[in-house]
Amino acid sequence: MVDMQVNIGKLVLKNPVTTASGCFGYGSEYTDFMDISRLGAVFTKAVTGENREGNPAPRMAETPSGMLNSVGLQNKGVDYFIEHIYPVLRQYDTVFIANVSGSTLDEYVEVAGKINDLSGIPAIELNISCPNVKKGGMVFGTNRQSAAEVVKAVRKVYDKTLIIKLSPNVASIPDFAKTAEGAGADAISLINTLLAMAIDAEKRKPVLATVTGGLSGPAVKPVALRMVWEAYHSVSIPVIGIGGISNATDAIEFLLAGATAIQVGTANFIDPQVSVKILEGLKEYMERHHFSSVSQITGNLEMPEGFERFRPKTF
Amino acid sequence: MSVKKKIENLLVTANRRLNSEYFELILQSNESLPGILPGQFAELKVDHTEHTFLRRPISFYDVNTDKSEVHLLIQEVGEGTRRLGQLEAGEFLNMIYPLGHSFTITEGTTFLLVSGGVGIAPMLLLGRKLKEAGKTPVFLFGFRSEKQWFDLSRFEALGEVFITTEDGSIGEKGLVTSHRVMNTGRFDGYYTCGPVPMMKAVSSIAASRDIFCEASLENTMACGIGACLTCAQPTVHGMKMACTDGPVFNTKELLW
Ligand SMILES: Cc1cc2nc3c(=O)[nH]c(=O)nc-3n(C[C@H](O)[C@H](O)[C@H](O)COP(=O)(O)OP(=O)(O)OC[C@H]3O[C@@H](n4cnc5c(N)ncnc54)[C@H](O)[C@@H]3O)c2cc1C
Ligand SMILES: Cc1cc2nc3c(=O)[nH]c(=O)nc-3n(C[C@H](O)[C@H](O)[C@H](O)COP(=O)(O)O)c2cc1C
Ligand code: FES
Repeated sequence: MVDMQVNIGKLVLKNPVTTASGCFGYGSEYTDFMDISRLGAVFTKAVTGENREGNPAPRMAETPSGMLNSVGLQNKGVDYFIEHIYPVLRQYDTVFIANVSGSTLDEYVEVAGKINDLSGIPAIELNISCPNVKKGGMVFGTNRQSAAEVVKAVRKVYDKTLIIKLSPNVASIPDFAKTAEGAGADAISLINTLLAMAIDAEKRKPVLATVTGGLSGPAVKPVALRMVWEAYHSVSIPVIGIGGISNATDAIEFLLAGATAIQVGTANFIDPQVSVKILEGLKEYMERHHFSSVSQITGNLEMPEGFERFRPKTF
Repeated sequence: MSVKKKIENLLVTANRRLNSEYFELILQSNESLPGILPGQFAELKVDHTEHTFLRRPISFYDVNTDKSEVHLLIQEVGEGTRRLGQLEAGEFLNMIYPLGHSFTITEGTTFLLVSGGVGIAPMLLLGRKLKEAGKTPVFLFGFRSEKQWFDLSRFEALGEVFITTEDGSIGEKGLVTSHRVMNTGRFDGYYTCGPVPMMKAVSSIAASRDIFCEASLENTMACGIGACLTCAQPTVHGMKMACTDGPVFNTKELLW
């Protein structure tokens, strides 16, 4: 028997395999294909202060080994979430973590405060990194001062586990990881999508109605892996790895880079059972490499001799 | 209250070339088929291509419950559909199905089923369902030219079939909306699938006659199961998802 349990802030997850916000609906979309209670956690679609229609169509472009989306935080708002979605989530034996988004500092605070009162939601993931909204979103995630302000403000009203989701659209991940930690985050998750663009050459038009969108899928994996590794060496809070994870080997690479847990996003669209396959593959790897606890994998990376950029962490 | 969706490897039992652009795939399940309604679709996994990443949504063309077989009618337009066209009997195809909201069977007796190009695909199951419900389906198919035409006897067994081609190589020359059958008052409603400008034109004729009209949309999709919210369709009731609220919509609802 291998020990799959991981701790993130006050949160205890039965295993490190979770599903990414916006890529798994509210979980119920996947119950025909798998038992969602096997997951470590499900990160919900973004929740904002008010109802949002999202961006105009088309909102999707397929790209080499990936896709662009410009959904733009479509959701019915926090009050609807509490009244209609939360009661449904409570019926599952699954940890749900709400992805909290906003355009203003007050909106983040309002949503986080309201979700703080829900006994069945043990953590939130603060999305300060959405590239698909005009106001707010990524603005908070790409300016250190704004990032610090929003994390501090939410920290005041939210006393459960607070995860900050970082944007890859910055020059220095260590700076933002440290900012989040310094402002009171219990954990950080990364990466959100990379700001990107697709063009239809025949029509001489951008594919997305919003012109630019967020790139996800295997195409972003190597970038995400580097960023998770940098984040891990910059902070002492847990790091949740996200970006193109499509099989157990990908997931293990993120753990080795320093992630305590991982999120599976776009890969769910191609194989709705991929998250449980990753879980099985991870167990098999642990047995084969004689790891008794999944936490032994985190950051367990042998660096080339003389490599000095980050000093290895001790376990 | 919907039928449980499945993910399954189906056996390719035949791949028939219908013309230079279209082929018909016959796939067999080793279990009994879930209920499949006209207008519903499957998300197909396309393997061994250089660039295809997401699944490809394809409507059900025909269903044979006794043999646990489904038929798909596919037009080669890009890398994914070309690869599907190369599948051979004995290979397996992974699919998620049945997906989406079907055409509705409504009051009235005589209905015109209007398609453009490969939009013909969902019309066979729909025609059969209408017939079973005691109604009279009439088919009007638009093709670019004779090159897109194929043996339509399965449709002819269900009702009258009219054809238009843009170049007049078979049937009446012109667009479906200028065909004489569209200008008769004999229909209680239209069902349509094909290029958006064609469906819009059919929908406005329906509106001018104040009759029922449903259209099957082909928005690009990533998940097909309502999880990603990328297949958005603006409607009078707000943003709807083409994969779960559609692909079939009443045209009165659509803001297109
Ligand atoms: C619900 C639904 C049901 C469908 N049913 C059928 C069917 O029964 N038979 C059939 O042949 N096709 C059907 N389609 C369209 C089919 O999914 C696309 O043609 C296919 O995904 C193209 O894949 P590709 O890799 O061959 O082409 P790509 O390389 O992806 O694209 C090639 C060209 O086709 C165009 N194209 C791509 N996707 C679509 C689309 N969804 N609609 C219109 N144009 C597109 C692109 O703009 C591009 O110019 C359906 C689509 C939907 C959403
Ligand atoms: C369609 C889609 C919708 C998304 N919606 C959200 C969202 O609402 N909030 C959020 O924080 N991230 C959202 N994301 C980003 C993912 O959670 C994830 O960070 C990103 O896709 C990278 O992981 P992946 O490559 O495994 O998909 C979305 C991604 C996609 C593809
Ligand atoms: S394709 Fe994902 S929600 Fe419709």
